[in-house]
Amino acid sequence: MSIVAGIRGYAEVNDEIKAEFLSKAKVTVTDVNGQRYLGNALDGGKTLEIYGTAGNDLAFCLNGGRVVIHGHGQDAVGNTMGGGEIIIHGHAGDALGYGMRDGQIYVRDNVCCRGGIHMKEFRSMKPVLVIGTNAGSFLGEYMAGGTIVLLGLNLKRGEKLFGTHCASGMHGGKIFVRGSFPRENLSPNIKAVSLNDDDRKELDSYIRKYCRCFDADYDEIMKKTFMKLIPETSRPYANLYTAD
Amino acid sequence: MPVNYIPRRFSVIRDKDLCINCGCCVRQCSNECHCFAGDGKTVLSRSDECVACHRCVDLCPTGALRIEKYVCDYRENANWTPQYQQQICRQAETGGVLLSGMGTPKPYPVYWDKILLNASQVTNPSIDPLREPMEIRTILGRKPEKLTVEKKGKSTVDMPPQVILETPIMFSAMSFGSISLNAQKSLAMAAKELGTLFNVGEGGLHPELEPFTDRAIVQVASGRFGVHSDYLNNSRFVEIKIGQGAKPGIGGHLPGEKVSVEVSDARMIPEGSDAISPAPHHDIYSIEDLRQLIWAIKQATGNKKPVSVKIAAVHNVAAIVSGCARAGADIVAIDGFRGGTGAAPERIRDNVGIPIELALAAADQRLRDEGIRSRISLVAAGSFRCSADIVKAIALGADACYCASAPLIAMGCHMCRTCNTGKCNWGIATQRPELTKRLNPDIMYKRVVNLINAWNHEIKEIMGGMGINSVDSLRGNRLMLRGIGLNEKELEILGIKHAGE
Repeated sequence: MSIVAGIRGYAEVNDEIKAEFLSKAKVTVTDVNGQRYLGNALDGGKTLEIYGTAGNDLAFCLNGGRVVIHGHGQDAVGNTMGGGEIIIHGHAGDALGYGMRDGQIYVRDNVCCRGGIHMKEFRSMKPVLVIGTNAGSFLGEYMAGGTIVLLGLNLKRGEKLFGTHCASGMHGGKIFVRGSFPRENLSPNIKAVSLNDDDRKELDSYIRKYCRCFDADYDEIMKKTFMKLIPETSRPYANLYTAD
Repeated sequence: MPVNYIPRRFSVIRDKDLCINCGCCVRQCSNECHCFAGDGKTVLSRSDECVACHRCVDLCPTGALRIEKYVCDYRENANWTPQYQQQICRQAETGGVLLSGMGTPKPYPVYWDKILLNASQVTNPSIDPLREPMEIRTILGRKPEKLTVEKKGKSTVDMPPQVILETPIMFSAMSFGSISLNAQKSLAMAAKELGTLFNVGEGGLHPELEPFTDRAIVQVASGRFGVHSDYLNNSRFVEIKIGQGAKPGIGGHLPGEKVSVEVSDARMIPEGSDAISPAPHHDIYSIEDLRQLIWAIKQATGNKKPVSVKIAAVHNVAAIVSGCARAGADIVAIDGFRGGTGAAPERIRDNVGIPIELALAAADQRLRDEGIRSRISLVAAGSFRCSADIVKAIALGADACYCASAPLIAMGCHMCRTCNTGKCNWGIATQRPELTKRLNPDIMYKRVVNLINAWNHEIKEIMGGMGINSVDSLRGNRLMLRGIGLNEKELEILGIKHAGE
């Protein structure tokens, strides 16, 4: 039995979801129309399936759970996510994966501005953000760790892989980009380098998972070359200040 | 030798008759102002790096040391003061943004010093707090619009989560990273004993502070360091940090060299990496977006935790506070521009923001005019030097006050304003193990407890003098305040009469 969200408020829908999770490991919500905070702080071992368009702050503080959206996500999907998995069968809005520390987000299509902003890693926690089509401006802003993969699938003529100010303030982590990318949109501190064996191994697992999730053609994806975007220095602002 | 364009600030004066060459000062000074001479026995002083923290003075067993301001006159100029000339030289050499610690030292008006308190004479009795009950218990949180009760008198209103404090004084946000774990632990222990709260700042919660989580305010700042669902749920309340009085519109930046293993554990970032919290939260561009984050936190904590929003006191503070209240905040903390900091660009600290007195009065009045004052608790911050400042703040409309510099002074801080260098000889604003071990939480927490207990008693004395026996009757009671030497406009904004009126 699934929960029908319809045009009800988020508080009511989320209360129902949380009540269901007390006795179940998997809950399905249908006819979702922008209700916010679905799957917030969802613990490990639990799966939330969403049909429709999930509202802002989907899976806020996700705590190891799995959230699958058959539809689109809006702004701040996976905000401050601490672990788990988000699969979006569609596109996502601004500030995707804001401050995410662990877990994985797979977006079939594109994302808007500031995807992966403040992504960070800690010990064994290494967040991963895989985007099928392209990303808006400020992708990976202030990025301090983790991995972003940008596949550039189904780009239309004139569409770029990422918008302006890509990786502005980035001081850790890496962004894998497939095929040609707008070099002029990279921020000053960022350089593009070839992949090493470890990179290729790591990337391969993400691409295989993307293909499994969205039924994409692995061989087709691998036809194009990947490059890795990393910061020139991990301390871009080291000489900004002088003690008075 | 390169020319040093800037004369030293202080001279270390050593009384050779008193000095026993024990070397205590040599061991104590992280700025390396003292050393042994070539003979390995005689102690000498170099004053160049002295910051006047008084560590050597206070620990010298024979009282042989004294710090003096180094006087080196420039040609007199009221405009081009030595300070501006020296800062220009510093920037000419490094090309850096001037960075400094603690609150602004500039002589801006301190309105607390221009407000006088009332006392009862004849017409109603004053109260002696030693003899009669005097209530300073403070309850923070959104209050319901009205109360309804069932027949037996039991409330039928769903009460939003409330926080009970045994004093209107809380410890303001200071992250582990900006201060040492021992300093944070001292505040946590003091908060527990005093029945108040300490604030972990934006640096996450160190595992060693877990026994104190019921006394902890946890912050969610733009960098989201150490924020996860357990962090939110294991707290007394959650605070969204929008701004800080010492540096409105500027974010936090903990340089990699201060991110030790321990700091990295609390912030959940790799050791040695920069911890950058820019000014904006990129999921908050409007009051509507603030509402979104407030309710995200409430959802993630099952509506059990009050959510506070901390803002810097800026020009339109009253309208912003009203917006925060309407966005669903339970508590709004306003931080005035004299507030302290571990590090702030000096030009921002000394020029941006407005005093807490005016901001608080304006915000409280605006909320009352709009009929939404009871929706939030107002917490004032930004330099409370004594209990009288706190009484005046409460009378201007504050529910509680955040104090940080005062408890740090209780722990040894001498306001040398070099927190940013990470070389604090008192073990407060440093992460160097040899310095942090100087601060013993078991001793220092007691000094903080003593300070707040003394202030609590003074607050009761002042209230008793007014004939008021509950802090609730003092709150927003501006009739207890009179201005001295203030102009019409200042009196109007503060909402108080002039002395003699």
